[in-house]
Amino acid sequence: MTEQIEGSKAVARAVAACRPRVVCAYPISPQTHIVESLSTLVRTGVLPGCEFVNVESEFAAMSVAIGASATGARAYTATASQGLLFMAEALFNAAGLGLPIVMTVANRALGAPINIWNDHSDAMSQRDSGWIQLYAESNQAATDLHVQAFRLAEEMSLPVMVCMDGFVLTHACEPVEVPTVEQVGGYLPAFVPRQRLDPDAPVTIGAMVGPEAFTEVRYLAHRTHLDALSRIPALGEEFARGFGRPGMSLLAPYQADAETVVVALGSILGTLKDTVDGLCADGVSVGVLGLTAYRPFPGAALCAALRGARRVVVLDRALAPGVGGVVAADVDTALRGTRTPRYDVVAGLGGRPVTRASLDAMLRAAARDALDPVTFLDLDTDLLAGAAGHG
Amino acid sequence: MPVNRVKFYQTGSYAVGNRLLDPRSRAVQSDPARTNAITTGHRACQGCGEALGARYVLDAAMRATGGKLVTVNATGCLEVFSTPFPESSWRVAWLHSLFGNAPAVATGVAAALRAQGREDIRVIGQGGDGGTVDIGFGCLSGMFERDDDVLFVCYDNQAYMNTGVQRSGATPPAARTATTDAVGPAPGNAFGQGKDAPRIAMAHGIPYVATATVADPRDLEYKVERAMSFRGARYLHVLVPCPLGWGSAARDTVRLARLATQCGLFPVYEAERGDVVAATPIRAAVPVTEYLRPQRRFAHLFRPELRTDVIGRIQAIADANIARYGLLEAGHD
Repeated sequence: MTEQIEGSKAVARAVAACRPRVVCAYPISPQTHIVESLSTLVRTGVLPGCEFVNVESEFAAMSVAIGASATGARAYTATASQGLLFMAEALFNAAGLGLPIVMTVANRALGAPINIWNDHSDAMSQRDSGWIQLYAESNQAATDLHVQAFRLAEEMSLPVMVCMDGFVLTHACEPVEVPTVEQVGGYLPAFVPRQRLDPDAPVTIGAMVGPEAFTEVRYLAHRTHLDALSRIPALGEEFARGFGRPGMSLLAPYQADAETVVVALGSILGTLKDTVDGLCADGVSVGVLGLTAYRPFPGAALCAALRGARRVVVLDRALAPGVGGVVAADVDTALRGTRTPRYDVVAGLGGRPVTRASLDAMLRAAARDALDPVTFLDLDTDLLAGAAGHG
Repeated sequence: MPVNRVKFYQTGSYAVGNRLLDPRSRAVQSDPARTNAITTGHRACQGCGEALGARYVLDAAMRATGGKLVTVNATGCLEVFSTPFPESSWRVAWLHSLFGNAPAVATGVAAALRAQGREDIRVIGQGGDGGTVDIGFGCLSGMFERDDDVLFVCYDNQAYMNTGVQRSGATPPAARTATTDAVGPAPGNAFGQGKDAPRIAMAHGIPYVATATVADPRDLEYKVERAMSFRGARYLHVLVPCPLGWGSAARDTVRLARLATQCGLFPVYEAERGDVVAATPIRAAVPVTEYLRPQRRFAHLFRPELRTDVIGRIQAIADANIARYGLLEAGHD
């Protein structure tokens, strides 16, 4: 049943339908509505058999999730921005221990300067943490990705981050079909951990590994991520069969057999598609290639999808200072050996709206190869001049 | 050829053997029914107080819980010397995550067990003083405040020994460490306000807080058993001398732990719901110099000149402890 619902509430209900045993919560905008909703679902008995733990920091949130998951409990938490950075040490630990924790990241900028609005700096900063990262284009996608994330995480024994744009998605009300417990039950089997803390069969988890085996441990982590590249579309197809709507895939192409192809992820894809529709009507050949999986990075699939493109624009909502876009660097790696010109466009930092007009102008310039290698969309030169005057 | 004389009647000693004695008076090692939470072959230094303490704590906890125990360990000596992959000394379900998060991980284990209806399985978190009173303190306080069903044990050797003896929040005044050199007008660690972790734990009003040392293993075991009789957050602070960091002889580990209590610098007591309910009395208070002198970390207080000023300030701390906990009650001196 489709209903008009806030993104955070839809995600909370989808998570609850997955029957987590332990949910940890620490407040940070714009993630708060998700854990608030889960708290209510636990307190009112809608989500039974679940411990809701109010922790004292994000570092503790991830640590509690680690302990719970190692004990064989399905564990969930949510965070954003500084909170994700504060749990960074525990993120790498959860991935290294192979614990299938699922976490929502309500994507938000990183300070300083402090900024509560949306961009992808937070999740991108943890791209090498060993977590799978899936990006939602819409609230329906965000809701459905959580169900698939638990399945993927538990099959791969890897933690999964579901990234949804802060405020843009978390606080937006739109029609969403929220999965029911019954539907989820047919898709997500009971959690059977790879190993678990059990006094009857005691194991040592988290031993110290020296130079003689550390490389092999890391190689296996890499291989597991590569295996996930084939499991993501397979589980997406299974989801589609069970739920009657599209499941996750590595890439989301939209008229991608064009001369100019824009690679992007998250909620900006909607605006991009509208822009592309307008450009195509004007005879400008532009398409979109959405990324759902950012980690593992679907390099081969991306390279194949971009084979016919004459130029590639990567729209990043994060910045690697001194480099340019973050995803752009991954696209470069995927396009290794090709001569396709590639442009970085850094847009929408700290909640700056990315308008259809700006995208339209930028893509027309790209189509003429009249774009700088790194472009900051809608850069306010008057503001910069003022800042220089104060310098 | 030298002959070692075997003594069969070592009443009052802590030597191995003594099967002719009453079971309650025997050395703990002589008990054939004891559990083995941590087995031989680990890589702790000779005379390691932490290995000794952890063994008594976990063996007692195993007995108290009928073996239904999960242990969460902070990063540190105990973790490093017990689990060099592919080996492990642990015979209990054991998880190491990070340095600063052991109390929170233990909370997660307890939450999972509760959700699974397995509250018969109990949870111990453990770490050194760095992992407890410094980097893990936020998580520890959170665990206390929520009254999560976890016993957290701090093995306090009073510095970061695993990384090469740097100062921690538990390092005593005037002690020399790798980051508090024994030079200048105020050699060694500063006289701060101290970080009295057991009293801070008590201030949380949790069901049970106790201190103990490796000099009195029966007392240590009793306190673990007592702690396990409560539900909710509990804290046990165990003084574990470190020959490497303290600059003491390996054979002096137990003696130094006993001197620390007998001089008053390390009061041994129990508290319930924030109030002290029992303290182990001192028969006759020994001067702090007896405790300080065998440790090279305090050598600068005795050579090249006797620093009576500094020693006096340390003695004042010991005297204050004796007064606060009533350690020299009438009938004991």
